[in-house]
Amino acid sequence: MNMKNYVRFEFPSTPENVSFARSCVAAFATQIDCNLEELEEIKLVVSEAVTNCIIHGYENKPHGKIIVLATILDNHSMEIMIEDYGKGITDIKQAMEANFSTDPARTGLGFTFMKSFMDDLDVQSQPGIGTSVKLTRCFLTKDKEALA
Amino acid sequence: MEMELRQIRNTLLVRIKGEMDMVIADRLRKEIDRKLDGKKVINLVINMEKVTFIDSSGLGVILGRYKKISGLNGKMYIVGASPSVSKILMFSGINKLISMYNSEQDIVNI
Repeated sequence: MNMKNYVRFEFPSTPENVSFARSCVAAFATQIDCNLEELEEIKLVVSEAVTNCIIHGYENKPHGKIIVLATILDNHSMEIMIEDYGKGITDIKQAMEANFSTDPARTGLGFTFMKSFMDDLDVQSQPGIGTSVKLTRCFLTKDKEALA
Repeated sequence: MEMELRQIRNTLLVRIKGEMDMVIADRLRKEIDRKLDGKKVINLVINMEKVTFIDSSGLGVILGRYKKISGLNGKMYIVGASPSVSKILMFSGINKLISMYNSEQDIVNI
């Protein structure tokens, strides 16, 4: 069965919305065949991507626009796009290195979590225009395949 | 998110409840640092029994406090992290720097 479905929402770049965004995407993800641990991983990667938009994209200014588009591709896969119209990333390769952060008070683990917990991570960015992060994950494991 | 800070001799016990993300990171950092900068605290116990979520913003607060405590030659402990929170702590490597225990009582018994 192909049950393609999507949810799209936008919100201003305030810290309170990080929790809203991750809970919203996780609630939507319950429509696909994934377990609680996998839902936690979805919450984490959405939290990281939205936090990046606020802290780096909009440099903690609260009036930036963030768009989240979550798409269920089939029973087991999901794609999440998170976009901002902020500062953009000058060096994407460097930004994605583990422990790298332009802010010394931060861990630099955001992209590492996104890469580790998702199957695919695609980052498009232009300085002064904004950043778009596309996260894709298939939840069909060998165990589930055997049970199916 | 709620937090409770208690000083017992030279040890600060911080009990956190809720989600450790960027909303609470700043507040948590300021509250703990105010106590640490008072020079009377050298050890830090973070009780995470009631923490339901942590991301890199929350990890940043823990790692930053670890650096401070190390600079004071003190010890830092994490207690009661749930399996999902422990997974993130371990993924970040924090468990290699900071001892993790099941309960506050386990630290008293060391």
